Amino acid sequence: MTHILLRGRDIPDIWKYDVYVENGGYEAFKKALSLEPKAVIDEVKASNLRGRGGAGFPTGVKWGFIPQSEPVKYVAVNADESETGTFKDREILETNPHQLIEGALICAWAIQATAVYIYLRGEFWDVAHELDKRIEEARRAGFVGQNIQGTGWSCEVYTHLGAGAYICGEESALLNSLEGKLGQPRVRPPFPAQKGGGLYGEPTVVNNVETLANVPWIITNGAAEYKKIGTEQSAGTKIFCVSGHVAKPGNYELPMGVTLRELLYEHAGGVPGGKAMKAILPSGGSGPIIPATDAVLDTPLTYEDMSKIGSILGSASIIVMDETVDITWVAAKVTKFFKHESCGKCTPCREGTYWLDKVLDRIMAGQAQVSDIELIDNVAKNMQGVTLCALGDFAANPIIYTIKNFRDDFMQHVQKADIKPASKARQAAPAGD
Amino acid sequence: MALSDKKYSQRIEAAFAKYPDKRSAVMPLLYLAQEEYGWVSPEGIQEVADLCDMDPTQVQSIAGFYTMYSEKPKGKYWLQVCTDLACALRGADEFYEELKAELGVEDGGTTEDGLFTVEHVMCLAACDKAPMLQCNFHFMENLDMDKMRAWIAEKRAEAAKAKK
Ligand SMILES: Cc1cc2nc3c(=O)[nH]c(=O)nc-3n(C[C@H](O)[C@H](O)[C@H](O)COP(=O)(O)O)c2cc1C
Ligand code: SF4
Ligand code: FES
Repeated sequence: MTHILLRGRDIPDIWKYDVYVENGGYEAFKKALSLEPKAVIDEVKASNLRGRGGAGFPTGVKWGFIPQSEPVKYVAVNADESETGTFKDREILETNPHQLIEGALICAWAIQATAVYIYLRGEFWDVAHELDKRIEEARRAGFVGQNIQGTGWSCEVYTHLGAGAYICGEESALLNSLEGKLGQPRVRPPFPAQKGGGLYGEPTVVNNVETLANVPWIITNGAAEYKKIGTEQSAGTKIFCVSGHVAKPGNYELPMGVTLRELLYEHAGGVPGGKAMKAILPSGGSGPIIPATDAVLDTPLTYEDMSKIGSILGSASIIVMDETVDITWVAAKVTKFFKHESCGKCTPCREGTYWLDKVLDRIMAGQAQVSDIELIDNVAKNMQGVTLCALGDFAANPIIYTIKNFRDDFMQHVQKADIKPASKARQAAPAGD
Repeated sequence: MALSDKKYSQRIEAAFAKYPDKRSAVMPLLYLAQEEYGWVSPEGIQEVADLCDMDPTQVQSIAGFYTMYSEKPKGKYWLQVCTDLACALRGADEFYEELKAELGVEDGGTTEDGLFTVEHVMCLAACDKAPMLQCNFHFMENLDMDKMRAWIAEKRAEAAKAKK
């Protein structure tokens, strides 16, 4: 298959401005500029493109929320990519950066934005400095800056480097971080698209890198062509980041609807060493873990089918675990991540992750009892749906689904444990921090 | 030696030009302060606060919120090893243990010669290239201890040569 997004695989030098343009680059932007902004939004709506940052929200609908009457509007590109198992945006940024810039510019035209801010995680230090050069190339060609292509519309494109905080990938935390405030989520409404909710209080579209990189293709080839790829509810290709116990970890851009089996065995080469596949995390550390059964492996990778098997497509960061992996260890590892990354603003998330981590350490040390499994299950369930941002739910998922689907792994640890009186075990775990 | 040094003026100006208000430049300026002092020192915090019209305590809290601003001096090479889930499945925990043993330091520690600081970090978006680390914000990927030993020896030799 030729790629829509990872075109660097087909044309290695496409990161260079000249090569990008020789291969049709910036033609989609010129075409968009010849259309009414609303027509561009309608085309993206008709394509069924959904957000690739994890939530799968329809992109054109999001753009349509922006009130046109406001004079100042922004596009914020989410390049924070920090979820364990996710490394797709980085490949787009490194190997096909102009396509992201072009997609962001088309979005900017569609909502008549005055500036685009590309928020990159701080660790993308080298990537950001290269991207600055690519933006300059687009500026010299008259695609960025004042009176773009004689339309009378002006728009700037800037990069902004984060500095190491997973929570800044959450869209409202990202906006706070850009404004020089603590990178903590905001209370919503107002939502970013609304007056008062976006960057500097102005209406703002926040889109993921991969989402925007799809847009030039859609404008060039039309929504009808785009919808021919993938399934009705999950149009287009998706970059699947495959990591963990596979022979060939890496990014695979494939039409949505490919089965897990085809992706993991045919493309990623299966589990090395002749071992059996035990479990799959289809959406990084934050999505529900599933056992690698035949039924699961035959599931098409779409939003609709993944939810049918009790998981999610999310950002499609697929972490594979072979039969040697203790799923309790996975729960403990992922919980350390969320404990570290909780911004501390809401009590259930801050205290919940702290407690989960404590008790999981005890379970891993063989010092817990069966009731501790119920305890963490309970703590996790009480974190769901009550926090300011979805990190609270993300942190609960690894516990709830590891226990639900791999309870035996937990039992291994507690059966070894010395049985202590319950009251004592409780006392051993300090409350709060 | 300070952010008022001429060598920073262009980059400070560029940071302010990006945003409609001064406060938004706090993150890029903290990176400059870190470059100048090797960490976000009290002087650096004060200078950034003055430049952004912010209170130093506010700047301090921003610096403390993010892991890439270093709140204490670091070795010449700051090695941040990813030991998060996807890398750990490919041996990152063992790699990190061996690396610490090789350098004779604990997590977060700096070698006596002041050359290397090591710490473990969360996912760096290079999970398919584990074990991996970031050295002074540049990625080093597909590592093993043989490669690391050779690299460490090289850096030590460079430092010894520079001393002479
Ligand atoms: C804790 C947390 C972390 C997130 N991290 C990212 C991220 O790194 N990249 C991203 O694109 N979206 C991330 N999101 C989702 C964003 O909030 C937002 O939904 C997304 O950027 C919207 O873009 P899209 O519609 O193109 O997917 C995160 C959400 C949460 C709750
Ligand atoms: S859920 Fe957690 S990360 Fe999100 S705002 Fe609340 S404390 Fe912060
Ligand atoms: S888990 Fe280590 S780079 Fe992603």
